[in-house]
Parts: sequence; structure tokens; C-alpha cells
Amino acid sequence: MYPILEKRRLAEGIYLMKILAPRVARSARPGQFVIVRTDERGERIPLTVADYDPAQGSVTIVTQTIGVSTRRICSLDAGQSLADFAGPLGRPSEFIALSDEELRGKRFVFIAGGVGTAPVYPQVKWLHEHGAQVDVIIGAKTRDMLIFTDAMRAVATNLYIATDDGSEGFHGLVTQLLEKLIAEGKRYDECVAIGPMIMMKFVALTTKKYALRTTVSLNALMVDGTGMCGACRVTVGGKTRFTCVEGPEFDAHEVDFDEAMRRQGMYRSEEQRRAAIEAERAAGHKCRIGLDQ
Amino acid sequence: MANKIPRVAMREQDPAIRATNFEEVCYGYNQEEAMLEATRCLQCKNPRCVAACPVNISIPEFIAALRDGDLQRAADTIARDSSLPSVCGRVCPQETQCEGSCILGIKGEPVAIGKLERFVGDWKLEHGASVQPAAERRAGRVAVVGSGPAGLACASDLAKKGYEVKIFEALHKVGGVLVYGIPEFRLPKQRIVAREIAQVEQLGVEIETDVIVGRTLTVDSLLDEEGYDAVFIGSGAGLPRFMGIPGENLNGVVSANEFLTRANLMHAYDADYDTPIYVGRRVAVVGGGNVAMDSIRTARRLGAESTIVYRRSEKELPARAEEVHHAREEGIEFRMLTNPVEVLGDERGWVRALRCVEMELGEPDESGRRSPVAKPGSEFEIPCDVVIMALGTSPNPLIASTTAGLETSRRGCITADADGATTREGVFAGGDAVTGAATVILAMGAGRTAARAIEAYLESRNGKTPLK
Repeated sequence: MYPILEKRRLAEGIYLMKILAPRVARSARPGQFVIVRTDERGERIPLTVADYDPAQGSVTIVTQTIGVSTRRICSLDAGQSLADFAGPLGRPSEFIALSDEELRGKRFVFIAGGVGTAPVYPQVKWLHEHGAQVDVIIGAKTRDMLIFTDAMRAVATNLYIATDDGSEGFHGLVTQLLEKLIAEGKRYDECVAIGPMIMMKFVALTTKKYALRTTVSLNALMVDGTGMCGACRVTVGGKTRFTCVEGPEFDAHEVDFDEAMRRQGMYRSEEQRRAAIEAERAAGHKCRIGLDQ
Repeated sequence: MANKIPRVAMREQDPAIRATNFEEVCYGYNQEEAMLEATRCLQCKNPRCVAACPVNISIPEFIAALRDGDLQRAADTIARDSSLPSVCGRVCPQETQCEGSCILGIKGEPVAIGKLERFVGDWKLEHGASVQPAAERRAGRVAVVGSGPAGLACASDLAKKGYEVKIFEALHKVGGVLVYGIPEFRLPKQRIVAREIAQVEQLGVEIETDVIVGRTLTVDSLLDEEGYDAVFIGSGAGLPRFMGIPGENLNGVVSANEFLTRANLMHAYDADYDTPIYVGRRVAVVGGGNVAMDSIRTARRLGAESTIVYRRSEKELPARAEEVHHAREEGIEFRMLTNPVEVLGDERGWVRALRCVEMELGEPDESGRRSPVAKPGSEFEIPCDVVIMALGTSPNPLIASTTAGLETSRRGCITADADGATTREGVFAGGDAVTGAATVILAMGAGRTAARAIEAYLESRNGKTPLK
């Protein structure tokens, strides 16, 4: 069992949890993910690491309630435990192999969308600690859905915010803000985008115009997360790759996003069906036509 | 003199009923039936069955003990060579091993060696003398990577010798392929697998789940930081293979590993568990091995019309004969000499059919099997909602790529000698991680062989560095 040391609500339906998992905390690097299971009947859910503290033995995850299992994770409180917390999985971000020398002159721009802001944080923190220049663009629907802004401000060279409704920062999309920054004379060597698949797709299309090398972190479907099931396969540069062992980060300009988005929805109808059954059951409804079988 | 009666029939669940549930198909012999079947054994002087068994169980000896009603002696006889009789009695391909070489099989039916082994194994789990930790401890700590057949066998042998053993398992549940791969209807998880594992734990073996060696820990950190003297790698087969044909990433195409893991490990067929599984109305499984049979029979039990698509002929099907027979009884359709060339999708990107080509058998290839050749102009479509690829696996690079000095073969399998020693001192390996996908009994045998090599290694080290 993996105790929840701390739980905080970051925004509507988005929760931060600090989990006691010393082995994972010791081995985690930016870019990696973990597999979480709440209890004996739970799914194995992949979540990207949002922070880790080897001294405390803790790993931070941020979860948005989007389905049955993410709701179950978020329903737990500090003091309770997760049944399983396995990782770190996937390959760390490529830049951690670079020396401080190589990093010092480099100019990165990170584009973070929604709950994807959380996994951006350890990457920016790492680069900041190793002397790189890091600008961060955080995008959200509205001001209330912005997360990690204070933490990010502490490690980013410049922090820019974009909201769809203009309630904070730039009024518009992260891609428009990026183009504006470039038009104003900003120059970057590398871009990293983490967020909803649709955002990453459009960031990739945008940065391609500027020949700006771009990395994305794909949140593909997974079962085991260790290379066994192949549910996470994605087409990169015309080749099938496994997100769990070869990713989760890939060259954004090579990823087939349309396929990746379609594959993400593979179990959606099945999950919605189960969620509906669960809601009905909770309401005391007993199915008479066997739909809950 | 052996009893010249026909082979004692095996009681089974009715096919029409079992195709709708996940209960075990075979009920197994009761003691009366087992003792009667045991009388059929000729007790050959030169038993061909023993030579044909990958771990050379003293088959006539255990059958004689069973015939005489001495079940403990029968169990002890098997235990000399096998640590998982209840499992192997159920999943070994007996028809190509022990039973395939039984003299009685030349003119009639071979002795039901597998069923007898299963009976003895189950009896032992139920009634056998309880296992105890070794009385004497010996200096040496061994880390075992993976809790499948290879790891369990290696760990229990070393624990019996008195070494301190800990198994590291990547998944949340112990048992490897016995829990994620082989379905409940062939190998009951609570009644058999969990008890086999409990026995290993009773020997004093510690098990830690959720540890992915190569990520959470490395072989190096086990040796250098965690204080282990030797490591055994029994990490299993690896990444699922796909065909490389168009349409394989459509929604509805899954690997057998994914499909079976959802069903077995994650209990997706049970509404009380959260993990989803999708079967649609019609399922096609590509492949002809045991994993293909397990997948299609699972799909059948989830209510789908189910078809096996295999490029060679029935004779070449690598699955156990019993599984093919059971699958047929359950209403599985077999499309032999059929090879997929493309998965076809609808406008939403979901599978709608498998485009196939008819094959005919040509000249034998290097494996000795006649290789299938496509018939020109024979393309046709099999309508289906789900395609399950059961084409074997390729090695998982996680451990090899993170362990200095550990060599792999051209195909990516870990290189190990006949004793299981790898190219790295103190590191041993066995099972599918070394051979590529094979059988439970071969993995178990490799685990036991490596255990002997690890013992020799530890004792030579103990000799060099006297105990403190």
C-alpha cells in the first residue's frame, strides 16, 4: 500500500496528491510516468509524474476526474492509501542526458495545457537547476482552471498564460501566443508540449512552420505500462512504437495525432456504459434487463 | 501386468454451458479414477516418457505410487523434478512430450500422464505435508526478477537450500503468465495458482510487487545497493508482435497479451471490476498457438462469434491438441490456410473486416514445417469487430538495456549458458527471457537449473570469503 501524504484541490476536478513511494521517488526522472491502482478492483491508470522528492520518499501526481477510475483516485483523501503505485515507467526526457555545459546556452519553450501543466513542472525545474533558459506557456479554458502557476513562476525564466476566455493573460490559444512571442523576436532551440492531444497536434503544426524541434508526451491507453500489452502503440514517423517503453516522449513532427486521438477513445463507450451503470447502482436502481451483467 | 482397459475418460463441463462461463473446463480425476488410470501404465524398463519430459519427472515411479494409493510418495516423486505439478498437469503439451512417447499410444491411447500429474499435484495442495522453511540458513541473498514459472521455481529451490530469497514482480499480482496469460477456465487462479504461490512463501521467500527491474530498480542496484549476492532474471517474454500489415492500429485491433491481461489479470469480464474490455459481435484471432486458443475461447465466453485464422493447416497448429479440441466443442470456427493481408476499417476508424488470402503448403522451411504460400487471386474478407493478434512476442529491452555487461542474442533475448549463467558475473537467467516464448515447464526447468548454478556460485564465493 502507498499512503497518500497530502491532497490538495488545484481546480475544479483537478487534485494533487503526494504519495509515499520511496523506491519510485529515488528512481524518478523528468518525463516519466507511474501506474496507479486504487484498490483490488481498480484499473491500472498511467499518470505522468508531477514532482518527486527522494529525501521524503514521495512522488507527486496530479489527476483530473475524467472517468470512473480517475474519479476513484480523486475520491481518496490524505491518510488513505493507493493499492499500487508502480514506476517510474517510460524513458526520461532526452535533455537529462545533456551536460550542464550543453544546457547552459539552450533556450526552451514549454507549452502546457490543462492538467498537462503538472508533468511540465519537473522538466522545467530540472532545466532551471541545470542552467537552461526556459520560457513556459500555460494554457487553460479559464482562470479558475489554471494550475501550478506559482510553482512554475519560481523555475521558469518567463511565464506566459493564455486562457480561452481571456480571464487571465493572453486571450486565445497557446499556439497563437507562441506565434506572437516568436513575432516579437523570441527565439527558441527546443519546444516541449504536454497537454490534451488536440493541443499537442496544433502545437506540432505551428512549430513545424518555424522548424522548431518539438517534443510531446503522449498519454496513450495502457494496461501494464511495462511493454507487455501493446495498447499504447502509436505511429511515429510511419513506424509503430510503444509509448510505455519507447516513449512517452516523441518527436511531435513525426507523431500521427489523428490516429493517437482515435485510439484514445477505444474504450470510451465501454467506460461510459460502466460509469452509467455505477451511477444507476449508486442511486439504488436495479437493472431489470440485465445491462449490469 | 498392466491393466488393458481403455483410458479413463475425463469428466468435463458441458461445452454449451462452459462457453458461457469462466469455470474450469476439466473436472480432473477423482482418486478412484486416477488409481484406475494408473494401472494402465506398463512400468517400462526404459521409460520413453521420462526422456520426453523436459524436466525428466520419474513418471513410472510416481504412477506406481499412485496405483498403490501412496499419494504422498507420488507427490514426493514428482517434487524431485517439478515444483508446479498442478500447473504443468494442466498446461503442458503432453501429446508432444510424455504422452506422445508412451508405448501404449502406438496402438491405442497413451496413459493420461498429464491428468495423473494434475491429480497428484492437486492432492498435494489439498492434503500434502505442509512445507517448512529450510532448517539451516546458508549465507547468500538472491534477488529473483519475475514471479512467473521460472522465478517461482528458482526461488523455491534456493529457499529450500536455506538461502535468503526475494522475488521482485513488476505487476500488482504474483504469478506472471499464470495469472495474466492463462485463463481461469484452464488454470484456476484461487484454487491452484494462489496456493502454489502460498507454498513458495511458506518456504520463506519474500515477494515485493510493483517493482519493475530496469526502472524502479536495476540489476546493478540490486547487487551494489540492496546487497544481493546473485540475481536470477526470469522476466518473461516481452513485447507483443504484430504482422506489419495495413490497418493494424485501427480501433479494435489488440494483441493477445492485451486482451488476455484485461480479462485475466484485470478481471474485465467481471462487472465489479473497473477495467474495460471490448469484444464486439465477431472476433477473429490471428495465430494458432495456445495463446490464440486462450484468446478466442475468452472472446467466446464474452459472447462473441469467434474465428481462428491460421496460415498453415490444422496439422501444424502449435496449440495443445486438447485446447484445439475444446475450442471446437465450444463452437469456435477454424479458418486454416488463411493469412490476413489487411485490417479494414469503417469511416470512424474501427475494424469492420479482416482481408485474407488463401494459402497452400509449399516446400518445408528451415523448421521442417511446410511453408505456406499465398494462392494468387484468392483474397476474401472475414467480417469482424475485433482482431486479436496472437503472434508471439519479442524480448522486452528494459533489463538488458539497463544492465552493464549483460549480453543479448541477435534477437534480443538474454544470453545464458546451459546452467543459466549470463555474461555478467553473479547474474543468471532462464525461461522466456532467454529462449523467447516457450512453455511453463521449460521455464520452470530453467529456473531450477539456474538455482543449482546459483547455489554453486554462492558456495564458491562463501569458500573464498569465509563467513563473518
